Amino acid sequence: MFDDRSPIYRQIADRIKTEVLAGTLQGDEQVMSTNQYAAYYRINPATAAKAFQQLVDEGVLYKRRGIGMFVSPQARDSLRAERRESFFSDVVDPMVTEARAIGIPITDVVERITRLAEGDER
Amino acid sequence: MNIELDGVRLRYGKTVALDGLTLNLPGGRIYGLLGRNGSGKTSLLSLLAGFRRPTAGTVRVGGHPVFENGTATAGICLIRETLDMAHHSVKVKEVLEVAENLRATWDGDYAGTLLEKFQVLPGTSVGALSRGKLSALGVTVGLASRTPVTLFDESYLGMDAPARYLFRDEVLADFMQHPRTIVLATHLIEEVAPLFEQVVIIDRGRLVLHEDADDLRARGVAVTGPAAEVDRFVAGLTVLGEQQLGPTKAVTVYGELDDDRRRAARERGLELGPIALQDLFVHLTAAKGEPA
Repeated sequence: MFDDRSPIYRQIADRIKTEVLAGTLQGDEQVMSTNQYAAYYRINPATAAKAFQQLVDEGVLYKRRGIGMFVSPQARDSLRAERRESFFSDVVDPMVTEARAIGIPITDVVERITRLAEGDER
Repeated sequence: MNIELDGVRLRYGKTVALDGLTLNLPGGRIYGLLGRNGSGKTSLLSLLAGFRRPTAGTVRVGGHPVFENGTATAGICLIRETLDMAHHSVKVKEVLEVAENLRATWDGDYAGTLLEKFQVLPGTSVGALSRGKLSALGVTVGLASRTPVTLFDESYLGMDAPARYLFRDEVLADFMQHPRTIVLATHLIEEVAPLFEQVVIIDRGRLVLHEDADDLRARGVAVTGPAAEVDRFVAGLTVLGEQQLGPTKAVTVYGELDDDRRRAARERGLELGPIALQDLFVHLTAAKGEPA
C-alpha cells in the first residue's frame, strides 16, 4: 500500500520502475489499467493516470491507443543506466558517512567489498 | 457537473458562517473538503445542496443557481451527518422508496447490494438502527442515488473500521463505474485521503487552499537536524511549526523544495521527510497555542 506522506503518483511510478528493473515487468508487456491500479491500491484513478503519464514522459511506458500502456523495450536498460549514475551518491556516499560516524575504518569497508567481489569471481 | 461559488457569504444572525468564498470545482472528480469544527463545511454543503440561500454571492451547480431550483437539486444529493431521516417508525425499505421517487438516477439493485454488505435489514425501522447502521443507510442512499453531484458530510459517523473501509472502497469502485462529482467532508483524513483528486481546506468561513492532493503532499517537508543548521536552512521559507529536542530541531515548512535545495540539505547533514496530508491540515488550521 501507499503511504499518505509523499505524492502517491511518485510512489506508484517508483514501484513500476522497480518492477521493470527487476524484470517482473518485461519489455512490451502490458501494465494494468489505471482503474485496476486504483482499485488494487485504493487510490483515485486520476492519481494512477498521473503516474502513468510521468512514466510515458520518461520513456518507461508507451501508450497504444485504445489498448493500454506497455513497457518500453529499452526501459530496463535506460533505468539501469540511470540508477548506475546515482549509485555512488545514493548508496556509497551515505555508507561511507555512516562508517565514519560509527568508527569503522574505511580500509575495513574496502576489504569487505574486495572479499565479496572475490567471492563472486570464485 | 461543475460547482462554482462566487463571493459567497452566509450569515446566520450575527454569525458569519462563510465569508467571501470563491471556488471552482470541475465535474467528475472526488474532492476532499477539510475544515475544523465550525469552519463552515456543513454550511458550504447546505448551500451546494440548495438547502439554504447565500446571504451574498452565487452558488451554481452545472451552471445554474441551486436555491429553489428543483431541476438543479434533483441532481444533487447531500448526505448529512445528522441524516434527514423521517420518523423513527419508518422502515429502511421505505427510506429507499422515497429516495427512488426522488432520483431519476436511482439504482435499486445497487442499494440492495449495499444494504447487504453493510448488514442492514430492509425491514428494520430507522429508530432501531445503531448510529453506525444509520450512517450505513445514509451512505447507501447517497451512493445508489448516483446523482451527478453527491455530497457526503461526515457520513461514516459511528461506523466501525470495517464499515468505513467498505464505504471507502464502494465510493471508489462506484465512482470508477459511474464517474460523477463527489465531495467528501471528513475529519478522518488519513483514511480516505488517497481517494481525493483535489483537496479544499476552509477555515473560519474562508478558503485556505484548493489544490491537487498530490501537489499538496509535495508541499509539506519536515527538516530535521542541528538547530543552527536547520534555522539557517529554513530562513525565508514558510514555517508551519517547529519542535526542539536538545540540540536537534525539526521544522515543518510549506512549499516544494527543488533539487538544489534538497542537495544543499543533504550536504549540511539535514534530514528531509515528507508530511502526511492530515498533519499538513493540522499545521495549516491550528490556532495559536494548539500543537502544530
